[in-house]
Amino acid sequence: MIVNRRLPWCCLALVASLAVSACSDAGAHASQAQAPAAQAPPASSSTTPTLDAVRGRGFVRCGVSTGIAGFSVPDKEGQWRGLDVDVCRAIAAAVLGDAAKVRYTPLTASQRFTSLQSGEVDVLSRNTTITFERDAQLGIEFPAIDWYDGTGFIVRKSLDVKSVKDLDGAAICIQPGTTTELDVADYFRTNHLTFTPVVIERVEEAINAYLSGRCDTFSSDQSALATVRTHMPHPDDYVVLPEVISKAPFGPGVMPNDVRWTKIVRWSVFAMIDAEELGLSSTTIDGALASDDPDVQRFVGRIGGYGQMLGVDSDWAFRIVKQVGNFAESFDRNIKPLGIERGANRLWKDGGLLYAPSLR
Amino acid sequence: MRHPSAEPVAPDHVVRPRRSWRDPRTRALASQAAVVAAVCAIVVMVAMQTAANLRARDIASGFDYLGRAAGFEIAQGGLSYSSRDTYARALEAGLVNTLRVAAIGIAVASALGLLVGIARLSPIWIVSATSNVYVEVLRNTPLLLQLLFWYSLSQALPRPHDALNPLPGVFLSGRGLFLPRLVWHGGWLQFGRVALERPELAGFGFRGGTSISPEFAALLVGLSTYTSAFIGEIVRGGILAVDRGQTEAAAALGLSRLRILRLVVLPQALPVIVPPTTSQFLNLAKNSSLAVAIGYPDVISITNTTLNQTGQAIEAIAIAMVLYLAISLAISFPMNLWGGAVARAGGRERGGC
Repeated sequence: MIVNRRLPWCCLALVASLAVSACSDAGAHASQAQAPAAQAPPASSSTTPTLDAVRGRGFVRCGVSTGIAGFSVPDKEGQWRGLDVDVCRAIAAAVLGDAAKVRYTPLTASQRFTSLQSGEVDVLSRNTTITFERDAQLGIEFPAIDWYDGTGFIVRKSLDVKSVKDLDGAAICIQPGTTTELDVADYFRTNHLTFTPVVIERVEEAINAYLSGRCDTFSSDQSALATVRTHMPHPDDYVVLPEVISKAPFGPGVMPNDVRWTKIVRWSVFAMIDAEELGLSSTTIDGALASDDPDVQRFVGRIGGYGQMLGVDSDWAFRIVKQVGNFAESFDRNIKPLGIERGANRLWKDGGLLYAPSLR
Repeated sequence: MRHPSAEPVAPDHVVRPRRSWRDPRTRALASQAAVVAAVCAIVVMVAMQTAANLRARDIASGFDYLGRAAGFEIAQGGLSYSSRDTYARALEAGLVNTLRVAAIGIAVASALGLLVGIARLSPIWIVSATSNVYVEVLRNTPLLLQLLFWYSLSQALPRPHDALNPLPGVFLSGRGLFLPRLVWHGGWLQFGRVALERPELAGFGFRGGTSISPEFAALLVGLSTYTSAFIGEIVRGGILAVDRGQTEAAAALGLSRLRILRLVVLPQALPVIVPPTTSQFLNLAKNSSLAVAIGYPDVISITNTTLNQTGQAIEAIAIAMVLYLAISLAISFPMNLWGGAVARAGGRERGGC
């Protein structure tokens, strides 16, 4: 009875508060809808929400992997290391002046896009293959390519498999939700081969299943395979097949609502590549301040005001190289120790695919 | 009761008083309506906010993706599927896989649970002690851990080329259990011929015959043993709830112990056993979603992949939730009917637990 007497009033109060919040919500919607139109003319503050948020917060929120050696993995001291991590650090160096001002969010393959879309991270730098669908349908912007990879296969030497074509009827360990899963299905169908996918989400479990003999081969990006191989008890018993059955260009991803932020991410990657091409490294960059080479002078901010065009200060590229290093340094530090060849990821001058537009 | 005047006992010739807040029924009606309205308002607000956020972030929404080609392969299943089929078909294949493991799992768990429950009450010490250990070990360790255990156990089996061959045509290896299957040669209404197709070692594994994958086997064993421990306890509780005099009376009639159990004890225990067992069946069906950890392509596994390939998390998860709800209702509805039936047969007015 007592409950019965109070209940209506509680409910009325609830409904009333809901109505109020609904109204204010509707109001918020209205103002949100008007916001772009109303604030379009000033154009400086409202069109760069991500950049403003990063500056206000004082650090870059960067989405990385849960641990892929060479790209993003915490070291013994808990510091994140890797090529993807260096891209985050380069962005922080350019925007905030300090490469250490990054907060890393480890994300699984399944979480990564939702996390970026919902604004939990400012930039996703996580072994992510750039594809049409991810660009056009998920609405993610991929400003630059920082690693050229492709789907490959690792097999036991004792199997005597020389080519992917010999893998007809094989059981293949794959991780779900990756482009690998789609590439393998396409390749085997096109070549009239059959296979049994063994799809296991956690990479450790997938590798264990492969090592215990559940699968005849493990398929992933070439760089990941080389990493997997180094962690096997007897790496020499395994071989990565020569064929690369797909293109897998990796790059950082951002949301498209902040064009300036997109450009900063793009040029942070380009700066690392250009620095290598110009012969500027973290050890030589100080001396480069005195250089007469106009390319170098533009790079270190001695002439041109290029930083201001990008919305940062003129030392941005100098800081990237000083604090993070050029692309070769990052490669040598992170990926070379895993035994991965630079291959297609050499500079265009050296016969590779790395080609960044010039700072001019 | 404190307001007898509000009670609707007015005789016919008196004009019925206007509904007032003093009438508890009016208040009850109003409060219920208010709660329903509040829930509806919350749902609508969440939906509107979500739609607005999706638009603001330029994320595709809707269910169009279900008609697109999925592009990924699914290893096993009762449903024929290839990577050219649609996401909807892939999800169907996942649903069939979930139903298959849930249905067989429920049957096995029930049988094991009944045995274990009865065995725990056995006067033979070794039997009751064994079933006691069985229940406590399985009930007190996480299911995910058990699944990984069973899966790694299956992976400790030999490679295909050294497969165990206990019977002609039967091969057991880390790739699964391969069995001969009957094949029908010839069409309908013709004299056909039944042939035995044996699996044969070819290339990387076995071809022909039929097979049980290690993922399915590990999931089935894990789910059914884990659930059987709980069902065993329910059965034990149900049996203990039957008055001891019933057993003694049946024994006085000269019935054997098995017949006492079958004819006297279990029928009276069922009204107590069925309702909580329904919950265990539901748990088993929902726990089958842990399959994703060991690579069995169930609804959740397919949903995860779909979600990741299309980026349409809300739609994919909503579909998975609806599917699990449907599976659960499909289990609980007949179980509730059965529960009602055994309760009536057991001489009780209602399911009364």
